[in-house]
Amino acid sequence: MIPILEALQVRSSQGRQFVPDVRAANPVGFRGLPVIDMNPCADGCTACVDDCPTNAIRLTPFALDLGSCVFCDQCARVCPQQKVKFTGGYRMAARTRDGLVMKEGVATLSAVEASDRIRQMFGRSLKLRSVSAGGCNGCELEINATTNVNFDAGRYGIDIVASPRHADGLILSGPITVNMAAALELCYAGMPDPKFVIAVGSCAISGGVFEHSSVLDRSFLGRFTPELYVAGCPPHPLAIVNGLLDLIGHADGKW
Amino acid sequence: MVPRTVLLRANDEIETLNYSGFRDRLASHLADGRRVLSCFGTPQTEAPTGPPVLHAIVLGLTGLEQFCGRGTPGDEFPSLSALYPQMHCFEREIHEQFGLSFPGHPWLKPIRYEGRNLGRMDDYPFYQLAGKEVHEVGVGPIHAGVIEPGHFRFMCYGETVHHLEIQLGYQHRGVETLLTKTPPRKLPPLVESIAGDTAVPNVVAFCRAWESLCGVPTRPGVEAVRGIAIELERIAMHLVGVGGLATDVAFLPGSSTYGRLRTAIINLSMRLCGSRFGRSWFRPGELRYPFGPKEKDDVRATLQLVRRDLALINDLFGKSQSVRHRLETTGTVPTALARDIGMVGMAARASGLTCDLRNELPAGVYQQHAMPLVTEPAGDCQARAVVRLREMDESLSWLLRVIEDLPDVGADPPALLKPRANSTAVSFEEGWRGEVMHAIRTDAQGQIAHYKVQDPSLRNWFGLAQAVRDNAIYDFPICNKSFDLSYCGNDL
Ligand code: SF4
Repeated sequence: MIPILEALQVRSSQGRQFVPDVRAANPVGFRGLPVIDMNPCADGCTACVDDCPTNAIRLTPFALDLGSCVFCDQCARVCPQQKVKFTGGYRMAARTRDGLVMKEGVATLSAVEASDRIRQMFGRSLKLRSVSAGGCNGCELEINATTNVNFDAGRYGIDIVASPRHADGLILSGPITVNMAAALELCYAGMPDPKFVIAVGSCAISGGVFEHSSVLDRSFLGRFTPELYVAGCPPHPLAIVNGLLDLIGHADGKW
Repeated sequence: MVPRTVLLRANDEIETLNYSGFRDRLASHLADGRRVLSCFGTPQTEAPTGPPVLHAIVLGLTGLEQFCGRGTPGDEFPSLSALYPQMHCFEREIHEQFGLSFPGHPWLKPIRYEGRNLGRMDDYPFYQLAGKEVHEVGVGPIHAGVIEPGHFRFMCYGETVHHLEIQLGYQHRGVETLLTKTPPRKLPPLVESIAGDTAVPNVVAFCRAWESLCGVPTRPGVEAVRGIAIELERIAMHLVGVGGLATDVAFLPGSSTYGRLRTAIINLSMRLCGSRFGRSWFRPGELRYPFGPKEKDDVRATLQLVRRDLALINDLFGKSQSVRHRLETTGTVPTALARDIGMVGMAARASGLTCDLRNELPAGVYQQHAMPLVTEPAGDCQARAVVRLREMDESLSWLLRVIEDLPDVGADPPALLKPRANSTAVSFEEGWRGEVMHAIRTDAQGQIAHYKVQDPSLRNWFGLAQAVRDNAIYDFPICNKSFDLSYCGNDL
């Protein structure tokens, strides 16, 4: 076949791949946003707390911290009364750390409020620099996927850039190892003001499964409070894109 | 019955030599051309700060073999690395973890900046290239793309790289210490985060090690689904890799098509287990999500579509002059060199080596359904790309065969017994990069006394360093992508 025809054949096999409306996608099977049942737990039952690998659950009143949760499904499986059930919901971001804690009686996470400051500074265009500081390549692959042909954050003006000098915000993944702490600091210092931090994934947000490691240095987050937290282990690209759109006050996800 | 990829022994049954006997035995295996899969240290129970107990895992004629070396304070262990370069990373790791010196080691540098080296990232003893016109280029730890951190230092003359030093350790999260002190039932999510792109082989290797310690027989139905998950991950990550190569050589149809085909594969994994990375799919003795006729139909339909479109793009990729021009004869590791430095997995097969544990030690579903061995002789970037393309084809055909012949999974997971005391279980799995090892040693109470992990990247980073020698520095990104190694797998 003539080469150009082969190229066209590949192009037509490709079809349209982008998710048309990232606000109303349906990632079939995804284990995401939990729902918490209102019925009180059986007296003295601690099955979920005993098994949770990241101490994400508090009892009386029941609360589940999506900033620590790794969505391993263990709590839902050991619970004798289906207190927790995971759904396909992917809107799992918050402007504050506490905003990721799901409390009994509150059906879902509150919507992410747009940041006036970021809106004023950057309008609708965000250039972000990713820094992995101990990330296992799960979050990194999903951050990458936000700009692929499917999720295509570029269409909204959101790009990942190659240099901190070009960046408005820093996307942090990983629990921040001692060995990476200085480089992270240097990278952030190299970004022009104004700037901000986004924490992606349970390791960046809380330390995740590495919380009790003695070779982390999370002091960076003590000094620079993230503007946005995106939950997941790793977060679904839809969670990242939606969180970012919310942050800049993008009215709908249609394109 | 313990699967062939697992070695389970009571600690006092493992043949234990003194250091010099251990060294001689190791040297004779190396001289015979046996594959030394791992060599690592564990602390002595009686004297944790004394010389470590050394463990060698060798692929013998009939299967895995293990022997140990016990030292007494003041014992010397003359380095084997000068004679057998493949030992360099093992000796460096033991040196960094236990302080054992290896006199004669040409290259006794930190492997991941743990323990007494923690945080001393500015201290790396780089080689110096002398001469008025030579220069050095430092890249990283933070790179231009969205990838993990590591530092590369190129010693160049003009555009030609004479030597590359790779300084890793930025990702060190203290994995082995955490694995050793975490209660066993909370281990799997941690195991799945050792290298998040290799979650499945890691958790399967862990499960098999733990199941054998706890006396849980493997079940053919569960083993089949494990194999399915491992091969889906292989296809997905090969698509990432080849797509990345396509991007790096500006072959845009490849970068978008491989990218979206990967989405199709990982979304299939998500429909099967809730996670695009196969997380939480498997636990010791347990297959967590049903794999019945509905799932089988889904796998069949998805893979057939992927196979159809993959063939089109592979054809275009293979014929593109501009792709071949960049990849062919770039970053070559000849067969003999690959063997000498102990390369493993996909990169080694692209240098003509035949190492693939699915073939060398077929266990579980690979026993009923053989996985054809894929090798390419050239050892260049093109060969690594072609091995990955061919492995995807083989995995797709294999998966389509396996789902038509699925053994029943059976109902309830068998109960886990208390783990055997004073025992060691060493378990391997051939992931998409190469062999992953999990070794668990229990104490007198059956608690985990030491947990050792090995990612294939530990051995293959040195292959990348060799590959870029005498290449132009601008070809480094494609060399790096063609190896596609794990930073956190090395750094642990
Ligand atoms: S799903 Fe989240 S909250 Fe539940 S056990 Fe796992 S980590 Fe803990």
